[in-house]
Amino acid sequence: MEEMVKIFLFGKKYEVPAGLTIMRAMEYAGYQLVRGCGCRNGFCGACATIYRIKGDRELKVCLACQTTVENDMYIATLPFFPLVKQVYNIEEIKPTEQIMMQLYPEIYSCIGCNACTNSCTQSLNVMQYIAYAQRGEYEKCAEESFDCVMCGVCSSRCPAGISHPQVALLARRLNGKYLAPKTQHLEERVKEIKDGTFEELLESLMQKPIEEMKELYNTREIEK
Amino acid sequence: MYPNDILESMKKVEANRAENTAMEPRRMTAEEKEELLATYHPDYRQDQFETLKVGANKGEKAPHELAEILQANSRIKPEEIDLEKIDYDVDVLVIGGGGAGASAAIEADNAGAKVMVVTKLRMGDANTMMAEGGIQAADKPNDSPATHYVDAYGGGHFAAKPELLYRLVTEAPEAIQWLNELGVEFDKAPDGTMITTHGGGTSRKRMHAAKDYSGAEIMRTLRDEVLNREIPVVDFTSAIELILDENGNAAGAVLMNMETKEILIARAKTVIIATGGAGRMHYQNFPTSNHYGATADGLVLGYRAGAKLLYQDTLQYHPTGAAYPSQIFGALVTEKVRSLGAKLVNANGEVFMHPLETRDVSAASIIRECGARENGVETPDGIGLWLDTPMIELKNGEGTIEKRIPAMMRMFGKYGIDIRKEPILVYPTLHYQNGGLDISKDNMTAINNLFVAGEAVGGIHGRNRLMGNSLLDIIVFGRSAGKNAAEASKTAELGKLSLEHVNKFAKELEEAGISTDVVSPKLLPNYTKAKNI
Repeated sequence: MEEMVKIFLFGKKYEVPAGLTIMRAMEYAGYQLVRGCGCRNGFCGACATIYRIKGDRELKVCLACQTTVENDMYIATLPFFPLVKQVYNIEEIKPTEQIMMQLYPEIYSCIGCNACTNSCTQSLNVMQYIAYAQRGEYEKCAEESFDCVMCGVCSSRCPAGISHPQVALLARRLNGKYLAPKTQHLEERVKEIKDGTFEELLESLMQKPIEEMKELYNTREIEK
Repeated sequence: MYPNDILESMKKVEANRAENTAMEPRRMTAEEKEELLATYHPDYRQDQFETLKVGANKGEKAPHELAEILQANSRIKPEEIDLEKIDYDVDVLVIGGGGAGASAAIEADNAGAKVMVVTKLRMGDANTMMAEGGIQAADKPNDSPATHYVDAYGGGHFAAKPELLYRLVTEAPEAIQWLNELGVEFDKAPDGTMITTHGGGTSRKRMHAAKDYSGAEIMRTLRDEVLNREIPVVDFTSAIELILDENGNAAGAVLMNMETKEILIARAKTVIIATGGAGRMHYQNFPTSNHYGATADGLVLGYRAGAKLLYQDTLQYHPTGAAYPSQIFGALVTEKVRSLGAKLVNANGEVFMHPLETRDVSAASIIRECGARENGVETPDGIGLWLDTPMIELKNGEGTIEKRIPAMMRMFGKYGIDIRKEPILVYPTLHYQNGGLDISKDNMTAINNLFVAGEAVGGIHGRNRLMGNSLLDIIVFGRSAGKNAAEASKTAELGKLSLEHVNKFAKELEEAGISTDVVSPKLLPNYTKAKNI
């Protein structure tokens, strides 16, 4: 007999096979998901979920697609959370300390409770990356926040009303565009292509008979 | 945490690790590859395909699962739809909110067109978000677009449309530049040089990456840009039928709210199909690495309206889907794991192939090793082979895994497997739709003003795609679809809206003797009550 566990979906009891993820358990119970289900692999942040094990005081958060059910698990999904996303023109803003003050001033109201870090479904040091953002250290903020899937759980727990994932995204875009070193070989290659440097070679390839292309492909040198 | 019987095999992998790390396995000859594919690749299993009886590809082969939805009933009855009541009226309608759709929307907006995105889940719920390994572009001094062309053309079995592949490789460096200027981060050396690696079948190291969140980094940035431009995004709304005008030009789509089922009409001077792939069709019962909405919707919409498919009979099975534990069965284990030095090892601890053969060859080789050669490791869900991840740090030093493939470390870490110290079990998983709608080099189908971009296109890659060329194609062809559709919308003159093509297709089904309860597009898979998927 297969091992079953007892779970509560929005308070209603279901018995599901042990070993299923929360997402699969909901489907096993009969839910046809539309909300709260995206990549099913931990990359998209669609399936933020809150749960509590009966008798345990602590409220836990997770991604439903990445978490195995446990007995006596009380589950509520959080398929949408109203994050604040400020609109800006990436071409016009600059990576200065002022830009955060202007777009996301609430980050300076952080009370240091660390609820964001404690709730991160990716185990990121959220409060630390917000501290970097406050100081205009966008490179560090970008690195610290890089694995964020923007599920919004941190923001749901924040007494200061910070939209952490949006702050981090702004920092990463500033870093990617303005702060990270420029790539000279990329600029040169784009120019070469615009100048038509490879055109003749490519056109000759496009006209070669398949047999010649096979020979070319099968004998090409592969970089070590 | 592995069970004991699996640990027995793992010991053999550990015992041979030092030797296996140092060795350079031989690559297969062209003849060996051909024979391997013909015998073991799922695309060659004739009983899994059938001949299409209606539509533009009548007489050609398609997988059973695809044939079923191509030759299915519409979700609407045209006579019940009021095409006079227009809910949205735009220049460019983008169907799909992934990387291709977002790129198209940004460029159409740039060109001054009134553009709208409709997506059946959220903006960014797409395979783009899940692409891990990287994006190709020939931008290093020892590389060139011509070398990229040869790699991709050969890897795709010389079946790519040359005019599409030409665009893919020549516009690649500019695509990287465009992304970088939008703020997408790439792994770079302190002097700005891109840190690039090999992918299966590449002859130069041209895989650009953002750790192993490459697609997520691209997708979240593109989504942010769409929102910054305040381009309307109608989410949780699917396109369930294209609308043509009385002259046969694309003219919009019938939309359905996924939650309330309300029907809405979008009129548009041009339409871009950017609906992505089909992993959730579970061809040949394979698990999939794809996102929840990957159900080939765009192929169905286009086909019913009269557009032609190309290479609808070929799918990509990614060689390394997770085979253990059950919770992540079929999830993608990025090819970058092999790019960084991990090799495939059988149950006896033997390296049985070069780790960077093309994906179709690698998948077929794993299927042979587990099947006919009986060298697989049995798992609770089936069978798998070892991907010896600790080799990465033996070769590149401690800390490499955490820095370069943190998502993989996290994915297995949640189930008590530390990939820095323990190898992982893998087996092929349904990953990519090689075929799709046939387009000209300016993204247009045979239907005037119907454009396609991204995984819904067929012919860019031929019959197999190299790693890193899909993230690339969604940007290159997504951008051009947006530009071309915006341009076409300036001169497009819409006639009276029509759904007559839906009636016509229904009549053809009837005449072909096809009577079915199936409706399409499928929109979402149904996993209710199922224990295994």
